[in-house]
Amino acid sequence: MFMAAAELTPSSYIGHHLTNRTIALGEDPFWTLNLDTVATAAALGVIGFGFLWWVVRGATPGVPGKRQAFVELLVVFVDDQVKGIFHGNRAFVTPLALTVGVWVLLMNAMDFIPVDLAAWFTTHILRQHEWKPVPTSDVNTTFALALSVWGLMIFYNLKIKGIGGWSHELFCTPFGSNVLLWPFNLLFNLVEYISKPLSHSLRLYGNMYAGEIIFLLLWMWAATGWIGSLFAIPLGLAWAIFHILIVGLQAYIFMMLTIVYVAMAHEQH
Amino acid sequence: MSLTVTMIAQAIMFFVFIFLCAKFIWPWLMKQIEARQKTIADGLAAAERGRQDLEQASKQTAQMLAQTRQQAQEIIGQADRRAAQLLEEAKVMARTEGERLVAGAKAEIQQEVSRAKEALRTQVAALAVAGAEQILKREVDAKAHAEMLRGVQSQL
Repeated sequence: MFMAAAELTPSSYIGHHLTNRTIALGEDPFWTLNLDTVATAAALGVIGFGFLWWVVRGATPGVPGKRQAFVELLVVFVDDQVKGIFHGNRAFVTPLALTVGVWVLLMNAMDFIPVDLAAWFTTHILRQHEWKPVPTSDVNTTFALALSVWGLMIFYNLKIKGIGGWSHELFCTPFGSNVLLWPFNLLFNLVEYISKPLSHSLRLYGNMYAGEIIFLLLWMWAATGWIGSLFAIPLGLAWAIFHILIVGLQAYIFMMLTIVYVAMAHEQH
Repeated sequence: MSLTVTMIAQAIMFFVFIFLCAKFIWPWLMKQIEARQKTIADGLAAAERGRQDLEQASKQTAQMLAQTRQQAQEIIGQADRRAAQLLEEAKVMARTEGERLVAGAKAEIQQEVSRAKEALRTQVAALAVAGAEQILKREVDAKAHAEMLRGVQSQL
């Protein structure tokens, strides 16, 4: 990295690490596929859920092994969270929450890999330039998850309450069922329904993106010389330790909001 | 940084993972966990049953012990009574035996007395004959006077 710094400007260094590896599937810019995001997310999903599946496959109803106990702990933890918020058949909601929690946690955790180490791996082993290793710092991932949850929310609103019940809720809550209040209720609900996926996705995206930028700034500082390294290394360590909290917390928040949104869609007024 | 087809790819992947989770991970693990919960619940129930059984058994034992003790008491009481009865019987028997012995002894004495009287009588008769001989200064023919002597004898 010290050698590379000579030929890289700060903006190109940051840009290099925060640019997605893209493939154009069509003429329109919309048809640009972020290969790094999709491939990393898929690999993490396969590893994470493959591990869970592998453990569950060999699970025993008798005395569990340590590996099984770990997986049970994880699943029961998620299930307890769901139980606390959602009162209904959990056959779909807990797997949903588990998927969100495990996947987002793994995707966030890619942030722990030092950026230049990841870049070395993708450049020299995968032979791909400009590979962004953290899928959740790509707004596409967070929006995909948040909008999917949003879609499920709409689906459950319609399924549980029906069009009539849901419309009633849109027009008559939270201020009251007076006809004069209908526009305000609808406006309030529209703002809520728009802000839900936005805050849901941008919170995660912002946290992960900012975390990466701070790492990059610190490593850039380290690239300026020995004095810079002297400051950047302890600060980088401190930020990495703090980042453990952020990674876990953001995954937890994302999972909890998913549960809350789906649970709210189930609640009759 | 812009929203692209990546989002759709990620969303599809998301639903695939949810499906896999809901189909292959969650129900299987829950099955194992529920089976274990059942095993533990059964074990606890069995333990509770065992405890109850033990309680009942100890209660039964105590009851049996009390019954046995009562029976033993009864047997001892009966034995006491029997012993007393035997003692009483023995006393009665001893008394009658004693009385019988006394009566026998008395009869024997009586017999002895009458025998002695008989002897005395004979001797007195002899003495009387001897006296009479002395008086008559002649020998009485015992054979000739036997009749008379027997008459004297019976009068004594």
